[in-house]
Amino acid sequence: MENVYLTIVLAPLIGAIVAGLFGKQIGRSGAHWVTITGVAVSFVMSVLVFKDVIFDGAAVYNQAVYTWMVSDGIRFEIGFLIDSLTAIMIVVVTFVSLMVHIYTIGYMRDDPGYQRFFCYISLFTFSMLMLVMSNNFLQLFFGWEAVGLVSYLLIGFWYKRETAIYANLKAFLVNRVGDFGFILGIAAVLMYFNSLDYQDVFDAAPALAGLTIEIIPGSEWSLMTVIGILLFIGAMGKSAQVPLHVWLPDSMEGPTPISALIHAATMVTAGIFMVARMSPIYELTETALSFILVIGAITALFMGLLGIIQNDIKRVIAYSTLSQLGYMTVALGVSAYSAGIFHLMTHAAFKALLFLAAGSVIIAMHHEQDIRKMGGLKKYMPITYWCMLIGSLALIGFPGFSGFFSKDAIIEAVHASQIPGAGFAYFAVVLGVFITAFYTFRMFFLVFHGKERMDEHTREHLQESPRVVTWPLLALAVPSVVAGAFFIEPMLFAGMFGDAIYVKPEHDVLAQLGEHYTGIGGFLVHGVMAPPFLLAMAGVATAAFFYLRRPDIPAMIKDRLSLVYKVLENNYGFDAFNDSFFAGGSRKLGRLLSNVGDTKLIDGLLVNGTAKSVGWISSKIRYVQTGYLYHYAFAMIVGLLALISLAVSF
Amino acid sequence: MLADLPLLSLVIWTPIIGGLLVLFFGKDEQAPLARIIALAVSVLTFLLTIPLWTGFDNSTYQMQFVEYASWIPTFNINYHLGIDGISMPLILLTAFSTVLVVIAGWEVIKYKPAQYMAAFLIMNGLMIGVFCALDSILFYVLWEAMLIPMFLIIGIWGGERRVYATIKFFLYTFLGSVFMLVALIYMYTQSGSFGILDMQNMPLGMTEQILIFLAFLIAFAVKVPMWPVHTWLPDAHVEAPTGGSVILAAIMLKMGTYGFVRFSLPITPDASMKLDWLMITLSLIAVVYIAFVALVQKDMKKLIAYSSISHMGFVTLGFFMIFAIMENTGSTQGMGMAIEGALVQMISHGFISGAMFLCVGVMYDRMHSRQIADYGGVANTMPIFASFMVLFAMANAGLPGTSGFVGEFMVILAAFKANFWIAFLAATTLIFGAAYTLWMVKRVIFGEVANDNVAALKDVNKREFFVLGVLAVAVLALGLWPAPLSDVMHATVDHLIEQVMHSKL
Repeated sequence: MENVYLTIVLAPLIGAIVAGLFGKQIGRSGAHWVTITGVAVSFVMSVLVFKDVIFDGAAVYNQAVYTWMVSDGIRFEIGFLIDSLTAIMIVVVTFVSLMVHIYTIGYMRDDPGYQRFFCYISLFTFSMLMLVMSNNFLQLFFGWEAVGLVSYLLIGFWYKRETAIYANLKAFLVNRVGDFGFILGIAAVLMYFNSLDYQDVFDAAPALAGLTIEIIPGSEWSLMTVIGILLFIGAMGKSAQVPLHVWLPDSMEGPTPISALIHAATMVTAGIFMVARMSPIYELTETALSFILVIGAITALFMGLLGIIQNDIKRVIAYSTLSQLGYMTVALGVSAYSAGIFHLMTHAAFKALLFLAAGSVIIAMHHEQDIRKMGGLKKYMPITYWCMLIGSLALIGFPGFSGFFSKDAIIEAVHASQIPGAGFAYFAVVLGVFITAFYTFRMFFLVFHGKERMDEHTREHLQESPRVVTWPLLALAVPSVVAGAFFIEPMLFAGMFGDAIYVKPEHDVLAQLGEHYTGIGGFLVHGVMAPPFLLAMAGVATAAFFYLRRPDIPAMIKDRLSLVYKVLENNYGFDAFNDSFFAGGSRKLGRLLSNVGDTKLIDGLLVNGTAKSVGWISSKIRYVQTGYLYHYAFAMIVGLLALISLAVSF
Repeated sequence: MLADLPLLSLVIWTPIIGGLLVLFFGKDEQAPLARIIALAVSVLTFLLTIPLWTGFDNSTYQMQFVEYASWIPTFNINYHLGIDGISMPLILLTAFSTVLVVIAGWEVIKYKPAQYMAAFLIMNGLMIGVFCALDSILFYVLWEAMLIPMFLIIGIWGGERRVYATIKFFLYTFLGSVFMLVALIYMYTQSGSFGILDMQNMPLGMTEQILIFLAFLIAFAVKVPMWPVHTWLPDAHVEAPTGGSVILAAIMLKMGTYGFVRFSLPITPDASMKLDWLMITLSLIAVVYIAFVALVQKDMKKLIAYSSISHMGFVTLGFFMIFAIMENTGSTQGMGMAIEGALVQMISHGFISGAMFLCVGVMYDRMHSRQIADYGGVANTMPIFASFMVLFAMANAGLPGTSGFVGEFMVILAAFKANFWIAFLAATTLIFGAAYTLWMVKRVIFGEVANDNVAALKDVNKREFFVLGVLAVAVLALGLWPAPLSDVMHATVDHLIEQVMHSKL
């Protein structure tokens, strides 16, 4: 099987290398053919692996490909771990990636950097696959940073735009803050387990569960808590959890296909995947789980609120991504890892769909992204309209759509959980449902319904996007509808993940839900009667009323609550604080150290100071050598006399 | 057959004699010939170093390819050469870098090109000699001799403030090494031998060790350079021609850290243990303080120079935190990773800093400016160059998959075993290293074309492409598969740990 796994990762890599190095020679169509072929091969193989692992129950594959390095007797390896968790991730990644590749042909048709773009997204696919297929922490970190690199390159894809190159630097640095915690977590793992191999670490973890370490003298911390939180800091960077979420909205500067692929469906879910993968560690530390839960809940609620006031179509969806990532994180916090991964999967489909549909709208609008300048697009773009509607319904968790199953499972799981913070989290995720429905349909109504607010020129050219754009939309619409109903039972209640995810019996909220689970029908009926559904409907209704019937109301609210509005508009002040405190503070400190420390003290006082004092002393001593013979003769006589008197006196 | 040749002497003397030969073609009209001979000599030297690698026995810590002849019998000074797992990679790196420098200076150096090439060739031999020398006086002579060509390179082919920079450079390093000479002579009076290996085995009391350690520290700290004796480096780099900067950053800085592993640690293990807090503190200051200073530099070469100091902090940190690991965990586990990480960092930094300075050189040759503010949007006119620059910048920021990651990763992992807060401060490089490097890239490479000069830029030519391409391959190869490099070091590093753990008191 090793060859199959190698093919899965190498096919996109080869595509990327060919398109990147020989882009000029193979031309535009060459570039998209070679990369799409690579990803398609990878997708087909992934499906085969999925079938093997999930349906045929193939044994877990866990082997090294090559030894990266040996040091201190510890082998650092590159290798694959293929179990049910990996199998799902590779299918999700390659499927969305393939759709995005095809879509890109249409979206980037006139871009001069066409080949470069295909090179990057294939490289991204490779990196993401390496990340999810890894069997050790080293390779995880490799993939982790590699996806960060490609994200950096793609956000700054239009490198002439000042906003784009600001956003990509910001994204990279904020992610690096997360990685800073992540690498310390890996270092802690190595120190106490003497291995970076998942299996070794997971096997040894229970034995070390009681170990405490002293980081600040006088306070003992559980080792697992320290490792868990340090690793999760990495996840907070990559999966954009408060307060490391600030890079994701700005990342919308990148072309829309990558917003779908990287900043919605796959890369940002790496943190979720990582925590699920590390479940044997996290299960040993309730403190870390509570921390995760609270961070996730804050993200789910407060980032959703920001979605309400956005006017850029992509930013609305970006904030909804932040909020949905919060939901997934909440699921992890209550030990419902499977529910987190389940939501990751359905979200990947419907969020990619939403972004690509938004991209289709943007094409039609000639790269206008302001939803206040749209409206009534329904009749011009029927396919995009229906796809966007499906995506939106899935996002708000409308019964029957994929998001309904996954989100409801999370909410129920939080409800059942006893872990500290679960009460707050439950409040956050339930209220979040209303907010999600409200901002999603606010956007939906403003774009597709109501008055046509675009200028005359744009309206004349409005038309449905070409097939190369709409087909991927349709392909993504299918799982957005059915994936939830299809997978809820095996993933959450029938133990599809097997040993890939470990949950302590006393944390196992999904098992509690499972006791009441009677089938999809029952879940549906229960869902329709539960408060989240009513809240979602209320959200949609409010949006319809505000933006279709009485557009004056939102304006009035904005006036009345201008303070609240301002706080939201400024992203709760995170950006301003980071800019002035971290970025500005670092520059100030740097200037201080450079001007005072290096230039004045070391160079001025010590180095050139020494040189000056040597010069000063010699300029004084110089006067001793006057050049007059009688001065020297006099000195000689005095010296002679002194010597003689010395000799005599002894 | 190759093994029978005195390979080390060959790699030392081939470039020196070749350099003298090039000087014969010193007239300007003979420049093309001088260049070709210089290239041939540097390539030949590099080829001669390859058998050192292929014929190297990884399983022993003993010196290999040993050559021994009496030199000044009165004082028991010998021509004693040999290499182990620490010095062998550095020799290859030196010969490799010289080839690139010769190519990089090809048509760029118009003023006295033969002399320029000759200086680099001679310096190549002297530097390789430093890494081979097993007699401390031979080491000292080569160590000082090496300064002369560098002094000339900066003084003759340098920028506007070259005189200030050369004198600062020379005085700093010369002053430092005088202390080393005193220490060497003292040990000779005690043991009757100038042999480095003899010194490693001679017993020394604590006071003696501390004094010797401090004498070495002054000599080596200046060379590395460690905070606070680092201010000569940015000045020297700024004024040096591109080739000078490359050799300075890639090889000369390694001399200092090489001195620590060859002299300080094995000769004065007890003093090293006693003063490790000092070394760790200075190293962390280099990593953190210097990173902030690098952030605000306006001159690209200065920025890279400061980033070098910061990265070299990882090397000294790796060497001297081994005692803290022992103290904290009570086992030698982790010490090997610390030292090997530091050694890998030395090699990797050779590639990356060399590449970064070459990149600045490529731009400087076209624009005659090193100021970040004079650039902007270079990617528009030099797309291939921009790709290289981004790659090397990422390597400088320690991205996995590039060589810059390997050493930092190992040192951070090992540092955690010494103390959480050491690891914490060392790991900040992940953020600050990326910040100063990528912020520079943003301002220089990305954005709209800033001015007419940038608009008129031409992308790299074949010669430049070759030089940068070779370095890119090296950076990636070492990042994706560092095993061949680290395997060479294991036996030597294990032996070094044994020496260090064995008290001389």
